[in-house]
Amino acid sequence: MLSDITIGQYYKAQSVVHRMDARMKLILTVLFIVIIFLCRNFFSLAVMFVLTAVSILLSRVPFRMFFKSLKPIIPIILITAILNIFYISRGTELFSWWKITVTTGGLFTALFMAIRIICLIMVSSLLTYTTVPTLLTDAIERLLSPLKVFHISVHTLAMMMTLALRFIPTLIEEIDRITNAQKARGADFESGKFIQRVKAMIPVLIPLFVSAFRRAYELSFAMTCRCYHGGDGRTRMKQMKLSAVDFVALAIFLVALAGVIVLNHFFTSLI
Amino acid sequence: MSAFIELKDVTFAYVLDESHSVPVLRHFNLSVEKGDFVAVLGHNGCGKSTVAKLCNAIEVPQSGTVLVNGMDTKDEDKLLEIRRTVGMVFQNPDNQIVATIVEDDVAFGPENLGVEPQEIRRRVDQALKDVGMYDLRFSEPHKLSGGQKQRVAIAGIIAMQPACIVLDEPTAMLDPRGRKDVMKTVQMLNRDFGITVIYITHYMDEAAKANRVVVMDKGAVLLDGAPRDVFQQDAVLKKAGLDVPQATELSLRLKRAGAPLSGSILTIDELSQQLETILSQQAGRAET
Repeated sequence: MLSDITIGQYYKAQSVVHRMDARMKLILTVLFIVIIFLCRNFFSLAVMFVLTAVSILLSRVPFRMFFKSLKPIIPIILITAILNIFYISRGTELFSWWKITVTTGGLFTALFMAIRIICLIMVSSLLTYTTVPTLLTDAIERLLSPLKVFHISVHTLAMMMTLALRFIPTLIEEIDRITNAQKARGADFESGKFIQRVKAMIPVLIPLFVSAFRRAYELSFAMTCRCYHGGDGRTRMKQMKLSAVDFVALAIFLVALAGVIVLNHFFTSLI
Repeated sequence: MSAFIELKDVTFAYVLDESHSVPVLRHFNLSVEKGDFVAVLGHNGCGKSTVAKLCNAIEVPQSGTVLVNGMDTKDEDKLLEIRRTVGMVFQNPDNQIVATIVEDDVAFGPENLGVEPQEIRRRVDQALKDVGMYDLRFSEPHKLSGGQKQRVAIAGIIAMQPACIVLDEPTAMLDPRGRKDVMKTVQMLNRDFGITVIYITHYMDEAAKANRVVVMDKGAVLLDGAPRDVFQQDAVLKKAGLDVPQATELSLRLKRAGAPLSGSILTIDELSQQLETILSQQAGRAET
């Protein structure tokens, strides 16, 4: 049930994508998001779709993993698609019934949006599937380190992220345990109206918060005992090094960006 | 020669507010020699966890001094050095693992100390091999058993290469098998690496494996000595709300009932051996 959650889940495999520098993967993911929002027609979108497909194939992460991360987004994709079909009236009219008219323009836009969201989800899942969470937060810390100029403690933020990722499964287990304990005491979570069911969650949430604070207290002790004293003078076991693969990947993404711009220019815009 | 860890005339109380405080230790004295394996026993609230925290400069005494390898824990400049010398393992393995991958967690301590990357790599691999968790180095901590998590926590401490490890009820939340694995690991660290061990527990059978047992009651040392001697005083221990190991308990009862058992008995093996000789002697006598 709850423990099936896929946030920050790493899929162990030997692949080019796994070997890439976490910083480059992060930059490329952001770049991908920017480029895919620049796409104006199916031709430029096709470029990004191929790029997504190739990255996934190279990563050797099985497709069912991507489907798993896509599953919770399906309602959003469907709602976006349906709204687009009904609200956009462009191109030839396909059929009309009562107040609803469906046009080719609407259908195409719906398809376009759906593909775009799917690509976005796939690529961001690819980042978490192929990168160890600690390396990912490490990469964020290193990429954001220029912010030190503005007295923002990037290290603290990265450490908070690492700890949050670390404790998600632990707290989910805890929720399960508390829920079962309250059920054993006769708590009813399944019946009643929405408000009643939300109210029924309070006996779960309060122990959860109490326990989270206790954990935080103990964890801070344990960290102090292991000589944690902030980011100053800290070294890293895993060094980050850009290799040829990273630059090749960057080059491919830049070519894709150029391709998208050119294709946007030569073909009519869909949106 | 002065002892490795020395608590001299320590008084400590948890201060709640200006007018309320809970006294824990009063004029407490304890010294631990280098390379020793000391088990600290005592029922809840006797101050044994406080002793652990004092050894690591997590808490400092209101009066008296705590010396770690000659360093005063009140000396702010020596804090890192003290914590590097005395590593600490807590009861709940979940609340002391920081990273999402086993080997990254073990690296956390050395990283904080600013050790060179290659050296961290070497220490992490070695520490994981020492505790027998090398094969699971890429696992996620939440998928491990309690005993395995606790061994990862121990690896995280030995990667800092401490001279002493304080374990505060490390097996309290584990199943019997995890408890055995952790105890074996700790014994190995003490025997093979000469690491000083202060082992806080309420399992008598674990305490029986130490070189020295310190029994605490109401913030003071009640008994102190080799396990064989300490566990003979079952009346004193029971008064402090503690038991003696099962084999010792049985042997003491048998002795009182008139069984000709000799010496003080700690383990089931010792007891069964003696019983076997007595029984075979009696059988022999019956035949003749």
